[in-house]
Amino acid sequence: MTTAQPGPRTAPARPDPGRRRIAWAAYAVLTGLLITGLAASILLGTVDVPAGTVARILVWHLTGHGDPAAWTVSQDTVVWNLRLPRALLAALVGAGLAVSGTATQALVRNPLADPYVLGLTYGAAVGAVAVIVTGFAPLGGVSTGVAAFLGALAAFAVVYVLARAGGTLAPLRLILSGMAVTYALSGVTSFLVLQADDPGTTQSVLFWLFGSLAEANWAALGLPAAVLAATMIALLAQARPLNTLLLGDETAAGLGISAARLRRHLFLLIALLTGVMVALAGGIGFIGLIIPHAARLLVGSDHRRLLPVATLAGAAFLVLVDIAARTALHPQELPVGVVTSVIGAPLFLWLVHVRARDTTGL
Amino acid sequence: MTTLTLHDVHITLAGTPIVTGVDLTAASGRIVGIIGPNGSGKSTLLRAVYRHLPLTRGAITVDGEDLWRLTPRRAAQLVAALPQETRSDFDVTAWEMAAMGRTPHKRPFAPDTAEDSKIVSDALAHAGVTHLARRRYTTLSGGEKQRVLLARALAQRAPVLVLDEPTNHLDVRHQFELLDLVTSSGTTVVAALHDLNLAAAYCDHLYVLAEGRVVTDGPPHDVLTPRLVRDVFGVDAHVISVPGTGTPHLIFRSGR
Repeated sequence: MTTAQPGPRTAPARPDPGRRRIAWAAYAVLTGLLITGLAASILLGTVDVPAGTVARILVWHLTGHGDPAAWTVSQDTVVWNLRLPRALLAALVGAGLAVSGTATQALVRNPLADPYVLGLTYGAAVGAVAVIVTGFAPLGGVSTGVAAFLGALAAFAVVYVLARAGGTLAPLRLILSGMAVTYALSGVTSFLVLQADDPGTTQSVLFWLFGSLAEANWAALGLPAAVLAATMIALLAQARPLNTLLLGDETAAGLGISAARLRRHLFLLIALLTGVMVALAGGIGFIGLIIPHAARLLVGSDHRRLLPVATLAGAAFLVLVDIAARTALHPQELPVGVVTSVIGAPLFLWLVHVRARDTTGL
Repeated sequence: MTTLTLHDVHITLAGTPIVTGVDLTAASGRIVGIIGPNGSGKSTLLRAVYRHLPLTRGAITVDGEDLWRLTPRRAAQLVAALPQETRSDFDVTAWEMAAMGRTPHKRPFAPDTAEDSKIVSDALAHAGVTHLARRRYTTLSGGEKQRVLLARALAQRAPVLVLDEPTNHLDVRHQFELLDLVTSSGTTVVAALHDLNLAAAYCDHLYVLAEGRVVTDGPPHDVLTPRLVRDVFGVDAHVISVPGTGTPHLIFRSGR
């Protein structure tokens, strides 16, 4: 019998401070980026408002100090009622999609998944398009958003039932069910659009598929902010269990975590968060995939660091992308989802490449 | 002093009975081996001990506490597991992997304390992988990975350790190393083992499983007879005694 080989004699192991330091640096840099982005997006736009005037408008609205006669009503509207709520909505939606992407990757145990593989986006699209095409709007102006949210939840329910086997949501079944529902609903969306045969309808459908922040207003900010905050707290409370989920159900069980139950909670949180974000801003692609993945490259897969980093990165990213969408082809405005896709696709391929190199050592 | 007891355990999967009426006792600090051919129910039985698969009948207790009546978290404080599969599609360092052993001791939002770090550090040292702490788990060799996973189980500080084929995919030296580490940990151990000679060398007591039932149990030299090996595994074997230790050693003969 051999004796145990204790390995080379070294000092006792200590937790790697590297990732913790990177996480703190990331919090600082991303917060700075987010604030800069928010500032830039209320300064830039088609209507020229001098920076000093923008600052005075903000101070007046926030503190009541200043003289409203020093700027025009239209300047006030542009800064306070258009640019600022839009920038804040971009931050909330970016953060929300990044968080739901992070959670989805844990849910389906695949670092290259995003919330849209679960079929929610097309559920929202069908709901919204149905309202637009039929003109049936019992709730007035918010009917489309509510229908989109209900559509997302209906898609979620179908995927849930399809993916459920033996009391557990198996990751592969989730992805396949999500794909099946996505294909079916994309057919329904196309059918509805063809039936309507109207350019206005097509325009509205494009809104849902590519996403847009143009509808932003102050009243639309409370709901996503509350849902994002609640989801974040729920996820951070489960951060350690989420970490064990990445190692497989058996390992999680050995560590006292019921993977089946955790996955049900997680799926519900993702549906709620994604549903609200998509209902407000449409199907903005790639953020839920790229941002969590990039955050993982920075700070690893420990959700206690990953979730906050992904939140900040998602918020900053969408705020900056929206500035590009508004100004790149000035005076025309690009759908923000088009810009995220154009930036996202090559970034995704690069991440796959980095990943392949990291895991195979090639 | 901790005793693990399985009493009349039945497990049915998708309508098929896999384990039917197993009684087993692992007394304090003892190494209990479960041997048996493929499909005999070894892994299924162990999965019920670390609460991955539910029982259809019977009870599993640790010092009289019924594991399946406890919260999963409390159960994992009593039983640590080294399952066959641990996935690693995600970027996790060896330290982070071992530190996950602290999960059942942590409430929501509870930070890692200096005590946690000490426990993880000791577990890595005991498993001989201190030098790998900052390496990424995916980049480790099979033997290194298995020792990091053992460190995770040790960091759990549970009085009972369940091992499912812990020496799979390991070369002969790493098989011995791993089992040396396990037996020196001082906990009550239940291990499913494929290799009958490793089971004979390391276990105090063996249970032989076939078709979900215990065929026989006892100390290795009583259990591992040519007749049992032929009846249960369908292979002819000659038993010799290892010089020095006296443990039984099987030499297999091809049926041809």
